[in-house]
Amino acid sequence: MYYHSVTLDEEKCRGCTNCIKRCPAEAIRVRGGKARIIDELCIDCGECIRACPNHAKIAITDSWDLMDRFQYRIALPAPSLYGQFKNPDINRILTALLQIGFDDVFEVALGADIISHLTREEINRGDLKKPVISSSCPAVVRLVEIRFPSLLGNVLDLCTPMEASAMLAKDAAQKKTGLKREDIGVFFISPCGAKVTSVRRPIGVENSEVDGVFSLTSVYEKIASKVNHIEHPLPLSKASMVGVAWARSGGEAAGTMLENSIYVDGIQNVIKVLEEIELGKMEDLDFLEAMACVGGCVGGPLTVENNFVAQQRIKRLSERMQRESFVDKMTEQELVDEDKPDLERLRWSRSLERSNAMELSDDIGKALSMMQQIDEVLKTLPGLDCGSCGAPTCKTLAEDIVKGLATEYDCVFILKNKINDLAQELNNLAGKTPPVMGQERRKEL
Amino acid sequence: MERLAASYRLDYDVRARDYVSGGEVSSALRAILKQLSLPPDLVRRCCVACYEAEMNIIIHSFGGHMSIEIFPDRLEMIAQDSGPGIEDLQKAMQEGYSTASEEAREMGFGAGMGLPNIKANTDYFDIQTGKEGTTLTMKVLFLKKEGE
Repeated sequence: MYYHSVTLDEEKCRGCTNCIKRCPAEAIRVRGGKARIIDELCIDCGECIRACPNHAKIAITDSWDLMDRFQYRIALPAPSLYGQFKNPDINRILTALLQIGFDDVFEVALGADIISHLTREEINRGDLKKPVISSSCPAVVRLVEIRFPSLLGNVLDLCTPMEASAMLAKDAAQKKTGLKREDIGVFFISPCGAKVTSVRRPIGVENSEVDGVFSLTSVYEKIASKVNHIEHPLPLSKASMVGVAWARSGGEAAGTMLENSIYVDGIQNVIKVLEEIELGKMEDLDFLEAMACVGGCVGGPLTVENNFVAQQRIKRLSERMQRESFVDKMTEQELVDEDKPDLERLRWSRSLERSNAMELSDDIGKALSMMQQIDEVLKTLPGLDCGSCGAPTCKTLAEDIVKGLATEYDCVFILKNKINDLAQELNNLAGKTPPVMGQERRKEL
Repeated sequence: MERLAASYRLDYDVRARDYVSGGEVSSALRAILKQLSLPPDLVRRCCVACYEAEMNIIIHSFGGHMSIEIFPDRLEMIAQDSGPGIEDLQKAMQEGYSTASEEAREMGFGAGMGLPNIKANTDYFDIQTGKEGTTLTMKVLFLKKEGE
């Protein structure tokens, strides 16, 4: 089965219907008083984590003990980490990471610098399907696989900054320490569960180079008190404003330096834009940055700070930074130099796979008759989309009934009517008397 | 349950100048087609043809109706409107030629790609037009193997 970071904490779930209504993938059903996630449909966007009043929906990350398995440990902080701090000083934050058990840091913002550079190259080559859709948000890539398979060819075939950073960090550490690759542990500090899932079920690559993922929240808790007391911050910050700006929505699109690019955030907005692209309405657009979370990565479910505040901090921080990234400054010769990162490796080695999770049946005739049945069933349902049946809408209940996953009596209104009919029938029957006892029949005779 | 014929029908009234709802029919069609095991490109072609036909009714006609029937091997679509008809059909089939109103152009429509787009995305395309209205009949075959 599929691995998902976003999961249910059974004990906390009270079986309410908040999450089923908010799930953009209609991937949750309440069964036996617990909100079950349908693996094939879940895209790990984390909307249910935000919606759950009981904190029963969680994003699983790795345990801190995982670090012990490695001799040399590298922290890969997502740039969204910087947005959690008031007046962020990147060098202080990175130095603090070295005080909680990491031997080295590699900024994911630096990986983002490189991916921005490669994105520009790819698009300028001009043989890509327009608009090119960013592949940096794993929840969006899963959404395309499940709901927009015709757009799979539009998705940019480059690694995420996380994956790029992991590869480059390991390369550098191997050279620096002389250790074997498997003794070097690379740990991503993540704002969301979708990234965790993309490590276990990699996108575009066979295996992820990331060895573990810690939540941004847990790392923030460990370093928050340290950051302001660091007297001699090390000069660790290397990323440019472009890479840091990836933390908020619009940053990646700006990094492409293309005039004709747009950014969209919030999973429902992403769905709307993808629908339009599918109709061929945006073919004149060069690039689409699409982020599942409102505000971009700083709006991720594993962050601490209010996403609007964090967006502003990232904006101000990046404006103070150098404009050109190190890759941009490198000459053509340097880029192919052996000592420099092998950028070709950051292209996908594996193409995306279309999911058939939305299909009713692989036999079209059977699927068509199931659709007719769904329409018939839907006519009998009240159309209130109340969620009491455990499905998000009457339409989804009708689908579940036809698929054999639910019954019409899961609908409380149908059940109530049926009980009412039965009660009437009982009442009618109770009024009937056998001829030997009855009065009226005698008169008739 | 009674045995049902293996086809699925969608019927929609389309109102003239209702730009805001434009795309509703093709959205509904797309939602249906995604539940069938069809190659993504076929789904896209059906939806593009449907969208253009729907927008044509909105932009150019006094209102009309779309009926779509999906069979295991094909999609049939009829877009019928009640006038005023296409004056010069030959020109209308040319890319970039448009008779869309100023209002429609301001909304970003009327690029003159409607009918050419429909023709390019369907396997069968017929158009009947007169002052009393226009009827488009379109078919997309599912079984034909095609790359693009």
